[in-house]
Amino acid sequence: MSELIAFLEPDRAVIDRRPAIIADLAGLLPDSCLITEERELVPFDTDAFVSYRRMPLAVVLPETTAQVAAVLKYCNDNSIPVIPRGAGTSLSGGAIPQEDAIVIGVSKLNRILEVDFPNRAAVVQAGVTNISISQAVDADGFFYAPDPSSQLACTIGGNIGMNSGGAHCLKYGVTTNNLLGVKMVMFDGSIVEIGGKALDAAGYDLLGLICGSEGQLGIVTEATVRLIAKPEGARPVLFGFESSVAAGACVTDIIGAGIIPVAIEFMDKPAIEICEAFAHAGYPMDVEALLIVEVEGSDAEMDAMLERIIEIARKHDVKTIRESQSATEAALIWKGRKSAFGATGRIADYICMDGTVPLGQLSHVLEKTSEIIDRYGLRVANVFHAGDGNMHPLILFDANDPDESMKAEMAGNDILKLCVDAGGCLTGEHGVGIEKRDLMRHQYSDADLAQQMRVRAAFDPKWILNPSKVFPLDRRNGSQTGNQSAAGDDRTAA
Amino acid sequence: MSTTDIQYPGSEEEIARIVLEASEARRPIEVRGGGTRLDLGRPVQSASVLSVARLSGITNYDPSELVMAARAGTPLAEIEAALAENNQMLTFEPMDHRPLLAASGEPTIGGVFAGNVSGPRRISAGAARDNLLGVRFVNGSGEIVKSGGRVMKNVTGLDLVKLMAGSWGTLGVLSEVIFKVLPRPETAVTIAVSGLNDAQAAEAMAAALAMSVEVSGAAHLPESVINKFAGGSLKGGPATVLRLEGLIPSVEVRSGRLVAEMSRRGTVSVLEGDISAGLWRDIRDVTPFADGTSKPVWKVSVAPSAGHQLVAALRLKTGVDAFYDWQGGLVWLRMEADPEADLVRQYIKALGGGHATLVRADAATRASVPVFEPQPKPLEALARRVKDQFDPTGVLNPGRMTAGM
Ligand SMILES: Cc1cc2nc3c(=O)[nH]c(=O)nc-3n(C[C@H](O)[C@H](O)[C@H](O)COP(=O)(O)OP(=O)(O)OC[C@H]3O[C@@H](n4cnc5c(N)ncnc54)[C@H](O)[C@@H]3O)c2cc1C
Ligand SMILES: Cc1cc2nc3c(=O)[nH]c(=O)nc-3n(C[C@H](O)[C@H](O)[C@H](O)COP(=O)(O)OP(=O)(O)OC[C@H]3O[C@@H](n4cnc5c(N)ncnc54)[C@H](O)[C@@H]3O)c2cc1C
Repeated sequence: MSELIAFLEPDRAVIDRRPAIIADLAGLLPDSCLITEERELVPFDTDAFVSYRRMPLAVVLPETTAQVAAVLKYCNDNSIPVIPRGAGTSLSGGAIPQEDAIVIGVSKLNRILEVDFPNRAAVVQAGVTNISISQAVDADGFFYAPDPSSQLACTIGGNIGMNSGGAHCLKYGVTTNNLLGVKMVMFDGSIVEIGGKALDAAGYDLLGLICGSEGQLGIVTEATVRLIAKPEGARPVLFGFESSVAAGACVTDIIGAGIIPVAIEFMDKPAIEICEAFAHAGYPMDVEALLIVEVEGSDAEMDAMLERIIEIARKHDVKTIRESQSATEAALIWKGRKSAFGATGRIADYICMDGTVPLGQLSHVLEKTSEIIDRYGLRVANVFHAGDGNMHPLILFDANDPDESMKAEMAGNDILKLCVDAGGCLTGEHGVGIEKRDLMRHQYSDADLAQQMRVRAAFDPKWILNPSKVFPLDRRNGSQTGNQSAAGDDRTAA
Repeated sequence: MSTTDIQYPGSEEEIARIVLEASEARRPIEVRGGGTRLDLGRPVQSASVLSVARLSGITNYDPSELVMAARAGTPLAEIEAALAENNQMLTFEPMDHRPLLAASGEPTIGGVFAGNVSGPRRISAGAARDNLLGVRFVNGSGEIVKSGGRVMKNVTGLDLVKLMAGSWGTLGVLSEVIFKVLPRPETAVTIAVSGLNDAQAAEAMAAALAMSVEVSGAAHLPESVINKFAGGSLKGGPATVLRLEGLIPSVEVRSGRLVAEMSRRGTVSVLEGDISAGLWRDIRDVTPFADGTSKPVWKVSVAPSAGHQLVAALRLKTGVDAFYDWQGGLVWLRMEADPEADLVRQYIKALGGGHATLVRADAATRASVPVFEPQPKPLEALARRVKDQFDPTGVLNPGRMTAGM
């Protein structure tokens, strides 16, 4: 198999010490928290960016912050790379390990520690799944706002790692806007607490820096998140259009008119077909593009807002307008949308791009995307968070065909460059991981990247935390990385 | 510091050159926007001043994209005027410090973000930092760096944007900021509940925020300060005020529900139009303590339910006046005489943590009392390492946030 993306050359010296390292780890945690058998390591060899796999040296699943601290200190003292891991649903390869690395998984840190309604906060361990927070507070009329489609599985630790968003982030913001505090283990095993139940933390905004840092600054073991009162009601409405361009322009006009619904999701025809076949949500099949617009509040409020949205949609020759008539129907509409990736995975292999563009560029970027896809002779399904310009072209390919796999990756790179050139960025919510690492230079100058890497080094002087991710391998200053032989120029090696 | 030594670079490159020279000469510089907050924070120990005032102007604004870009020295007034023309606003309601600090000068957009200055709508729309999408800045080595961009969602690399917000010019000189703007609400009303004591008010505000009515401002104004708000138009003792904003039909419905709930707690009145707007401006700008004195004023950030407990505890020990914003989590304290820094901070810790910033005090006090909350040792060490990575020679605003840093 050819691989476009390189990893750091594994450190032989570490691999050769494997038995001794495993013995040392066994002294730091209970046996039930240590995984070393090859067969049991396999589930950890990749995340949701499945084209790339690397077996880790060992996996630890600590049950306490103290155990995380002990392992991290040990790894730092012995210059062993560490891969923090939540549920492994990263779409950018952020949680993929390497042969000389120890995976520290937070899945056993899965308790909700405190729910505090007067202060609208919940304190949870990092391995708690995203949805379980909302479930725990639902009966009391609250929810936790960021809702990645993977919310049944993904963890708060991973959400913080990727600054994850979701369909409802248009109104409520992404993880960074809903995180109040963390307890984090630093590279040397020291434990810091940043923020808390107050709205602002003192000093530099380290919390903001940690959000989206992809496991490179420390391992989060606890988080304080903000709870929000649930709306009285919510109603998704389907708007079908004759063309993607019309749907894109409609999104721009809705936002431009100052109307911020809770969600505006976009699907093109291929995506509609895939999702409808899976969820039977009643999506219109005779349109080229679909918007799911969700409004919320009391009936009167929803009616008032919808009236304005419909007026705008009519200007763009909307073909179908369908309001959900029941909670079941609404749930189906969202089920279809949220299972888009899974449903796509049933018909083809795919990679999901995550470039984000200024709203005015939506139609342009959609057009150019389809040109790029045509040029490579591939297929694409677009299903994304349109209200905040966060595109998700799913590039379909056959992973058993090496040539097509390569083309898919190349098309993906072209699309991301297109997003940057349109004034946007490489990734809105999935993170850089390994996937977009080598494109970072397209968005940032050397000085920009150097500044980020220096900040990284302030948190992890030896670069042991998730070392192959985010920053181009050949741009790392000095001798921090264990092994210098893996320069980025080798990356097209077969 | 001699006032003659002020430099006014007209371009980013010029800033870079000035900072580079300063860094090579190890000569500290004070970074200045409009100079309205010079009396805020610790006095900077520096030889010369770099003002970004000439680096001014909106560089990109397409109202339909809800994003604006402006050079850091652009007067806030110019930004707000351009937004008003398009019926838009800065949703985080930055405070005007001039009345409180008895300062003159023209606040700049760079200064607003450098201080992460956020007003009452913080509880629903986020802080300044949540609305800052991209920055360009010159670091302490004179290098031009950008981070973020003009899109709403971005996890491309480390989020240096957040780090720059609230760093008070100690990590870099902002040359350009890109931020989110939002439509002005079609209407706004304030539900005022009178007669609640501080503890009852905290409960009422928590109850309001637990309702699905989207409160966009929640403040409690005790009796001692009440006549200083909205031109003295609030009568009948302390007032707990809750703001609702949005589409007219929607605010009507929500306000009906909120009034019904709050009527069980006290006497309710509804304020509209200019009175409501003026009230929130006074809350934002801390009008009751804009008294022309230099009596110490603290800005305290704690868990919402801890605010009134802090004030009650302090009252037993010292002379203090207070009012609350952010559902009770932002406490503005005016001390009668001594700032009582140790007492204030000890109680905050005992009540579950948070932090206190000494926003106003005379220069001697600001030089001797830590203006910003001292950090626990491991965090302070981390902050120092971060500072070193931006400003290795320590020339940018030395001592502004922390002595010796
Ligand atoms: C079907 C599907 C749908 C998805 N939909 C969305 C979506 O709508 N929106 C969205 O934003 N994302 C989406 N994702 C991507 C993914 O689910 C998110 O990035 C998620 O937050 C990852 O969480 P995780 O627990 O699986 O973390 P992992 O994948 O295990 O890790 C993610 C990153 O965080 C780091 N990390 C994990 N735990 C910690 C910790 N405790 N401390 C420090 N660093 C840590 C890892 O090192 C890695 O870099 C989707 C993925 C799939 C497969
Ligand atoms: C200790 C302290 C506490 C404060 N607390 C609050 C508060 O709670 N609420 C509130 O609303 N306001 C607060 N402020 C003031 C407010 O920060 C804003 O600073 C304001 O908008 C300043 O605008 P200006 O242009 O007049 O800035 P100035 O008064 O010139 O500068 C204010 C601060 O910002 C820095 N700065 C200005 N321009 C730039 C730039 N281009 N790049 C980098 N740094 C720059 C300065 O170095 C200085 O530290 C506080 C200020 C201080 C010092």
